[in-house]
Amino acid sequence: MELLLERTQRGQKVSSAFTQQELPACKPLLTPKWVITIFMLIGVVFIPIGVAALFASRNVVEIIDEYQTVCVPGRYTTNGEREQFIQDVNQDKHCNRTLTVSKLMKGPVYVYYQLDNFYQNHRRYVKSRSDKQLLDGNATDTSACKPEQYLSGDLAIVPCGLIAWSLFNDTYNISADGQQVTINKKGISWKSDREHKFGNVRPQYFPNNLPRDLNGSLIGGASLDPNTTLNEDEDLIVWMRTAALPTFRKLYGKIEQDLAAGSTLSITINNVYNTYSFGGKKKLVLSTTSWLGGKNDFLGVAYITVGSLCVFLALLFFLVHWRYPRRLGDTKYLSWNQHASAN
Amino acid sequence: MGPQRARQKEKKKRKIRLSKLYTFACVRPTLEEGDIITPLGGPGFSRVVFCNEPERHRIKPFKYRSNYVSTTKYNFATFLPKALFEQFRRVANLYFLFTAGLSLTPLTPFTPGSLIAPLLFVVGVSMLKEAIEDWRRFLQDREVNSRKVKVHSGYGNFEEREWQNVRVGDVVRIEKDQFFPADLLFLSSGYPDGVCYVETMNLDGETNLKLKKTDESTLNLDGDEEFQGFKGEVRCEDPNANLYSFIGNLVYDNLVHSLGPQQILLRDSKLRNTPFIYGVVIFSGHDTKVMQNATDPPSKRSRIERKMDKIIYLLFSVLVTLALIGAIVFGIRTKFHMEDWWYLRPDEPSPYFDPNQLHLAVFLQFVTALIMYGYLIPISLYVSIEIVKVLQAMFINQDTHMYYEELDKPASARTSNLNEELGQVDTILSDKTGTLTCNQMEFLKCSIAGVSYGIGVTEVERATAKRLQKSIAGIDVFHSNETDAFLTGETGVEMMEKPHIKGFNFKDDRLMNWNWLSQPQSAIIGMFFRILAICQTAIPEEDHMGNVQYEAESPDEGAFVVAAREFGFKFFKRTQTSVFLRETLDPTGKYVEREYKLLNLLEFNSTRKRMSVVMKDENEQIFLFCKGADSVIFERLSKAGREYEEATKVHLAKYGDAGLRTLALAYRKLDEAAYADWNDLFIKAKTTIGPDRELKLDEAADSIERELILVGATAVEDKLQSGVPECIDKLALAGLKIWVLTGDKMETAINIGFACSLLRQDMKQIIVSLDNPEVTAAGDLNNKEAFLKVCKESILEQLTRGHQEVSVDAGSDAVYALVIDGKALGYALEDDMKEKFLQLAIRCASVICCRVSPKQKALVTRLVKEGKGRTTLAVGDGANDVGMIQEADIGVGISGVEGMQAVMASDFAIAQFRFLERLLIVHGHWCYKRISTMVCYFFYKNIMFGLTLFYFQAYSNFTGQTLYNDWFMSLFNVFFTSLPVLALGVFEQDVSADICLEFPTIYQQGPKNMFFSWARIERWIANGVSSSIIVFFLTVNIFQHHAFRESGETAGFEVLGATMYTVIIWAVNCQIALATSYFTWIQHVTIWGSISLWYIFLMIYGVINPVISSTAYMVFIETLAPSPIFWLTTLVVGLACNLPYFVLSVFQRQFWPMDHHIIQEIKYLKRDTEDPEMWAKEMKKAVEKAKIGFTARFEATIKQVRSKVHRRQTNKKHSHDSHELQ
Repeated sequence: MELLLERTQRGQKVSSAFTQQELPACKPLLTPKWVITIFMLIGVVFIPIGVAALFASRNVVEIIDEYQTVCVPGRYTTNGEREQFIQDVNQDKHCNRTLTVSKLMKGPVYVYYQLDNFYQNHRRYVKSRSDKQLLDGNATDTSACKPEQYLSGDLAIVPCGLIAWSLFNDTYNISADGQQVTINKKGISWKSDREHKFGNVRPQYFPNNLPRDLNGSLIGGASLDPNTTLNEDEDLIVWMRTAALPTFRKLYGKIEQDLAAGSTLSITINNVYNTYSFGGKKKLVLSTTSWLGGKNDFLGVAYITVGSLCVFLALLFFLVHWRYPRRLGDTKYLSWNQHASAN
Repeated sequence: MGPQRARQKEKKKRKIRLSKLYTFACVRPTLEEGDIITPLGGPGFSRVVFCNEPERHRIKPFKYRSNYVSTTKYNFATFLPKALFEQFRRVANLYFLFTAGLSLTPLTPFTPGSLIAPLLFVVGVSMLKEAIEDWRRFLQDREVNSRKVKVHSGYGNFEEREWQNVRVGDVVRIEKDQFFPADLLFLSSGYPDGVCYVETMNLDGETNLKLKKTDESTLNLDGDEEFQGFKGEVRCEDPNANLYSFIGNLVYDNLVHSLGPQQILLRDSKLRNTPFIYGVVIFSGHDTKVMQNATDPPSKRSRIERKMDKIIYLLFSVLVTLALIGAIVFGIRTKFHMEDWWYLRPDEPSPYFDPNQLHLAVFLQFVTALIMYGYLIPISLYVSIEIVKVLQAMFINQDTHMYYEELDKPASARTSNLNEELGQVDTILSDKTGTLTCNQMEFLKCSIAGVSYGIGVTEVERATAKRLQKSIAGIDVFHSNETDAFLTGETGVEMMEKPHIKGFNFKDDRLMNWNWLSQPQSAIIGMFFRILAICQTAIPEEDHMGNVQYEAESPDEGAFVVAAREFGFKFFKRTQTSVFLRETLDPTGKYVEREYKLLNLLEFNSTRKRMSVVMKDENEQIFLFCKGADSVIFERLSKAGREYEEATKVHLAKYGDAGLRTLALAYRKLDEAAYADWNDLFIKAKTTIGPDRELKLDEAADSIERELILVGATAVEDKLQSGVPECIDKLALAGLKIWVLTGDKMETAINIGFACSLLRQDMKQIIVSLDNPEVTAAGDLNNKEAFLKVCKESILEQLTRGHQEVSVDAGSDAVYALVIDGKALGYALEDDMKEKFLQLAIRCASVICCRVSPKQKALVTRLVKEGKGRTTLAVGDGANDVGMIQEADIGVGISGVEGMQAVMASDFAIAQFRFLERLLIVHGHWCYKRISTMVCYFFYKNIMFGLTLFYFQAYSNFTGQTLYNDWFMSLFNVFFTSLPVLALGVFEQDVSADICLEFPTIYQQGPKNMFFSWARIERWIANGVSSSIIVFFLTVNIFQHHAFRESGETAGFEVLGATMYTVIIWAVNCQIALATSYFTWIQHVTIWGSISLWYIFLMIYGVINPVISSTAYMVFIETLAPSPIFWLTTLVVGLACNLPYFVLSVFQRQFWPMDHHIIQEIKYLKRDTEDPEMWAKEMKKAVEKAKIGFTARFEATIKQVRSKVHRRQTNKKHSHDSHELQ
């Protein structure tokens, strides 16, 4: 108040526009012109983007092979039986698949495995890791990793936790028209993961895919090579970026060459990963990418829908406005004038 | 010894000065004495005070409370527990405390810090606010506690001591115009007969001075040195709240003297007209009556906040339902599928996911879900609202339009939690004295010998005239006397530019500057002035310059003596027996000193309604001068004295309508013998002891106040505070109802009603009082029960009659005013009648309650508040208004000249009544809209965010895993979305302040609650739900299992979470941009800044240690930013989820516009400057149909004029027609 008084006495501007709530302000107004322009503008911008996105998505060539059933001998008809087959260490689980390339696939062609009904987003699962241990190998507190914390009582497992333990371990071997195709497994993970999240740590006391008991009822995922450090094991790094949704794909490798249209791909799958207990599908996916990534029309459709909706709204607004025009600032719409006319 | 003698001499002088005045009252024996069997010593009457021995009160059992007074809520020790308790009384906070506690267990889906930090912040800010507010109270207390008073320190010496160090038993000396520091036993005063005058305005709002009198035994203790050996013992009642009673004994000089309320001086009242007094402290600090009366200020909450609580409960139930659904689904899934999910190691389950202990797992999951869906409840809502309100309050405090320069008093929002309530007020209950009026009387007009003098105009006439001039161009009024009168009134304003004399505002050349001497009736005019100068009880104080000031018991009287002085009859000296005047009877300034011997003084009281003096002038002629209410005087006139009766009556009616207080003046010449006879009778009456005394005195007085000769009448303006009529008018036009509750007499109240245009001549007044023959008759019967019954029936009958009258005229233009008297109100407020009273009052345009006690004020307020269910605002300035101020939804205190009680109890303090207009119509309206939009937005935002968490659960087995990184979540409310909504809450303006004032109807959006109705809240909630659906499902479907960028990577938790979160940040911030209509740089900075802040945060958080940032590590720089799909998703989803709101609001705006929309458009197109006529026309129409205020008064006048003219024309036509027929 003193400040205020002082200024009053000086006879100058009494106090600032701020305290008097008279700051210069812009008061935008949604006039019909603006509304129609905005709607039209959205339409005009969105529809082409939608078309472009759709176009990109349609250009992606994708080969999907669902193999969890076909790769188990036909005599195992239920998932229970198939599970037993998978867990039987004496069985050979290799399986051959033949696929045809329908359209030219420009390299790089990305190889994915797709799991279905697999809850990598289960809270127990997501938390079951130790970022610190992954980075420097010796974390003191790995309680989050329970029950994959210690091997036989007191040997700290590195990398601990359910995620690492359940690492996907099917392998694919692809040849195109009889020619062996190299699947490049380098560079399939994020650089930041390799460099900053996973350290130069060797796996230790890892359960190594051994049966828990003599019946072999519980087998986890892949075994880790104790000589490969974690930051080199890109399969693990990819796997450890947990998926948010129960159906997910993960990058298996890259084929750095074109696959010609019509060529036959023969694929040998080592089908060992257990998805049968929960009835999950396994798919092998070969896909090219566009600037938007893989094949998914949804983004394009969304753009086109929103864009056309806006065009429609612009028309609707225009029509209603044309039918029931209201002049801007027309005083007859003021409540007191409305009351007067009602009376 | 010199000074001592001088002092004694001075004492003697004073002795002479006053005695005559109060003898009348002093001889009167007090009735209380002897009648009451004193229960001293019994329960409730155990207090013992050893006068002048304060040290004996240092030890028990006589150790009483100290005089330190504290009104703070907390102290250092209690602050933490008490303030915490206050904080966690809010359900939402308690819930967050609960979740924060649980966050330390593995139940929580988040890291503990992310839950505890926001809670600490929120509670911390609120507590800080409490602490600051309490600190302010503490400073105020300290100011009071450290006031100085003179206390006897022994051996006849008095020393200055702070109030807080005064103890029971201390002898204190209070000087003139000082406040009493505690409740005192009055021992002696500067006047020889031990009286003093006390102003109790702070206690009961009454402005007239009260006379207190010591017990005769202590009369001689009238000097400092007398207290050297003084000792006495008081036994009296225990501390209690009753202001008007006191029972006690004083043992002094081995004699017992009984004490009554007459001998008690109460804390917070003020010594007036008395040089000094001595007293002994008997109650100190919180034991004093005024402090005992103080109740803790009730904590008030605004309507919006109460409704907000309901919404929070609603959201709680939604939260519990969602958690329940989640837990059940989780249970089912876990029971049937957990076995199959080998990768979760179901053979070694933790209790949270154990299918074998399903009940426990489900319960734990339920608790987890309760924590997680906490995002539905906006944790930062309370704290944001508090911050916003503090800032709003700051704007209220800083508003220069509400700053009163004369007293250097800005408006002050003392509690900030009612800002928005100001925008919803329906009824204003106002005190009169000190609130509407300045409690300052000005001599404005007079009627002498049938001629009216004085061209001054009252505030209300001025306002009407101004309005008339403004609109005269537009309206085809035929010139008439009435309108001319208004216009001449206006010119009158221009003329008065002389230095203002307090109490005198008279302008008329016929009387001023001794021109009256040349008037034809100069003798009568002289007599008139003499009556003014002599028939009074004021005390003159002459300074060395010869200027005389007066101290009068009532301000009217002050105005009369000042007027007489200005006309040349300067009253300058009063002795026991005489009044001395300096009469200046010619313009040269020569004066004669005249002595008028006062023979008798017949006091004023409310039943007599007149006062008289009998005096003998220098020619040994005896006169009786009488002034009084016109009705009383007119019935006492002699036949010869009625010469000017008719003319005077006309003038009186005119003055009355202008809101002036009128008194008629008359005199009577007495011959010696008749006077002597009467005087014997009078003396006899005076010395009678017993119940008949009053009656006999009245009879004696009555017998001489007859056969009067009317001289004229005075009109005194009870000066309204400046701008009051305009303010009342504006408030009425905004649709507010105004009730006046005053402790004043009915006549005064009605006068002020007229002065403020709350009443006018063409209104039908329904007067409810007990002042009628049946009641008086019943009162004489001495049967209490019967009397009460008659009273009650009478009131019931009057109310019923009022109802009938109003109902008959319903639909017509008739306007009613209800005037009710305090006693009648007592009955009307009884349970079985109050509904009837309220109904009648609601149908009357204005309601005036007079002679109401503070308690009744509060009761009336409660009746309106509860009976009508609308927001009430009480405004007052005195301690007598405290009850009402605390009871009302909003209490406004006038921080007037003195007395802080009302302000201390109030929620808002303003210096002048007129500031109420801006406070309500501008700040109230803004704050209402701001807060309601803000709260709605908060719910929208949190529902939207919270529901996305829920949808994700459907994809993850309801395990409580969240899609977003923990720190994204906890920063959502406090970081990325809080500032824009704060900016909206503090700065948003739908229309500018000028427009609020020019279009008062807009205010009604608040009382009608158009912006926080359930429909509106539901729409915002629906907006939240739809936005959440759009955001979640669009994003999830865009990022499915396929690669999301050219290099083939697929999207995991981190990508989906960060993208969806980005979209939400965009959506909620764009939403607030859509809801804002007033963009200053602040809005731009906060809205666009919040969005940028998110990206900046994401970048910085992404490069710090990956162990901390976990899923957010490098997510933006490496993963999202280079992916076109991220940006495209942000654009399409962010836009799509604002689309429903946008479409709805543009269609609504275009085809069902509201008032502020149209006005915004007019302003936008600048049509107001292009077509000022239209603008002015709309401005005039943008008002609620007001029945009070000068606009209504003006319209009524116009109507009358028109109908008169119309009648005249039709008459003319008729006569014309009849002519033709002939």
